[in-house]
Amino acid sequence: MKFYGTALSSPLMLGTAQYPSPDILASAVKAAQAGVITVSLRRESAGQKAGQAFWSLIRELEVPVLPNTAGCHTVKEAVTTAHMAREVFETDWVKLEVIGEADTLQPDVFGLVEAARILTSEGFRVFPYTTEDLVVAEKLLAAGCEVLMPWGAPIGSGKGLNNVFGLRALRAHFPDVPLVVDAGIGVPSHAAQAMELGYDAVLINTAVAKAGDPVAMARAFSLAVEAGALAYKADPMAERDMAAPSTPLLGKPVLA
Amino acid sequence: MTRPQNILVRGAGVAGLVAAVRLASRGARVTLAEAGPKVGSGASWMAGGMLAPWCEAESAPPEVTERSIDSLAWWRANVPDVQSNGSLVVAPPRDTAEVARFGRRTSHFREIGPQEIGELEPDLADRFQKALFFPEEGHLDPRKALPALADRLVNELGGRLLLNTPAAPTDETFDWTVDATGLRARKELSSLRGVRGEMLLLHCPDVTLHRPVRMLHPRIPIYIVPRADHLFMVGATMIESENDGPMTLRSMSELLNAAWTLHPGFAEAEIVDIGTGLRPSYPDNVPLVTQEGRTIFVNGMYRHGYLLSPWLGAQVEKLVFDS
Repeated sequence: MKFYGTALSSPLMLGTAQYPSPDILASAVKAAQAGVITVSLRRESAGQKAGQAFWSLIRELEVPVLPNTAGCHTVKEAVTTAHMAREVFETDWVKLEVIGEADTLQPDVFGLVEAARILTSEGFRVFPYTTEDLVVAEKLLAAGCEVLMPWGAPIGSGKGLNNVFGLRALRAHFPDVPLVVDAGIGVPSHAAQAMELGYDAVLINTAVAKAGDPVAMARAFSLAVEAGALAYKADPMAERDMAAPSTPLLGKPVLA
Repeated sequence: MTRPQNILVRGAGVAGLVAAVRLASRGARVTLAEAGPKVGSGASWMAGGMLAPWCEAESAPPEVTERSIDSLAWWRANVPDVQSNGSLVVAPPRDTAEVARFGRRTSHFREIGPQEIGELEPDLADRFQKALFFPEEGHLDPRKALPALADRLVNELGGRLLLNTPAAPTDETFDWTVDATGLRARKELSSLRGVRGEMLLLHCPDVTLHRPVRMLHPRIPIYIVPRADHLFMVGATMIESENDGPMTLRSMSELLNAAWTLHPGFAEAEIVDIGTGLRPSYPDNVPLVTQEGRTIFVNGMYRHGYLLSPWLGAQVEKLVFDS
């Protein structure tokens, strides 16, 4: 699956916030073999380009950068931050976040659709951070998005995939749209599960950055997404309620 | 007898002052030149002054802890009013899982319950069910410790302190230059970057604390350090930005919310100072001593200035006297 015409080297997208140091971040990105790294600009005073020192460390990692609008609560803020991101990282990709609720960091899907419409009309390639709501997904696609990033659970909660049915429904409804589980993934098995559902990528930040050993955890996630993607391609067996022994039952007295 | 080594130390922040005092104590003639109008013109003035080798292990690599175990003892021997009452780690009720996580990554603490919390900090009695107590840690007030070091250098150790002196003095020749100028040394130390920090100083007679308290939160961990005369330092944000402009509303809300959550008595506190600064930092966030010819750089203090300056000063001493 391609993201706006670009194939990623890995389905693991890695956030760059909250690491113990830029050196550990760099080692984690390497260990994860990340296909994309995301960077926030809002709080880093993008207006004055005051994050330049950190951003040049990010660019030196030589992994495609997906700037994000984390920390934006209104359409206007998100659009302005996207403009700055385009200038700083010379990319038209933007991970669009419009936060609706400060405590859970749940997306404001109404503002999201509006911001997506504005940004796509300006030529941006928008990766919207949304809920798993099908109708919102339809509106985002109508607004010009060609990728969807539904949450697994609230940002930083590490709860995994809260609504597997909803995520599965999205996959079934939009078989040709690249889908990324963004937010809420806590451990590698969550990431593997998302890939087993047929998702095209997962985005992880806190689970790696806040691990005791971020570099080892990055590698663990890289193995998990590989396992999950491989499993999806291999077409898993069907679940069933009864045991289905693989050894012959011939000769047993009862075959219930 | 050979003549004493003549040494220029540039930068009267914590790294430069500690190095200057150490060198002068070993018999060197020390000139300390500071670009600003007073000692501690940079990030050192905004620091919390926690001497917490074991708490820092939560996010810092092991060498930071190893190099700072003797730090509290050095400070106690060299400046007055260094407190060694340990430190306390707590979390708001819905974030108590953070206390367990903090404990898994650190050592030299014991987990304590409501009774012992109340014995250590009567004002926090019944406010927290669980805390980590690090008995071997301490803290100091940077705004007293730095002038005390300068006083010691000039009045006890025969050193010379030049303020408002950005360039190296040319009135004499020096055997060594110790450059502790933080981000001003960027031209020579290209991997340095600034990490923005914001802090508040509160005056609050209604609350008494005896030791630094860290309030854990997954997004916004904050600490409160008590100082003399009912002052409390609340810090500090960590933002990958080199904007050294005034504090933002979001940062202030986070700091104030943490103080309020720790004790509602802080609601009536006066905000007596609002500080922002840039921490000079290397890519691994570990401070370092490096040598180039006759210049020794002490830099990249990040958030470990007070904790690691004694160890870094000892490395400078070795280069000057043992090479």
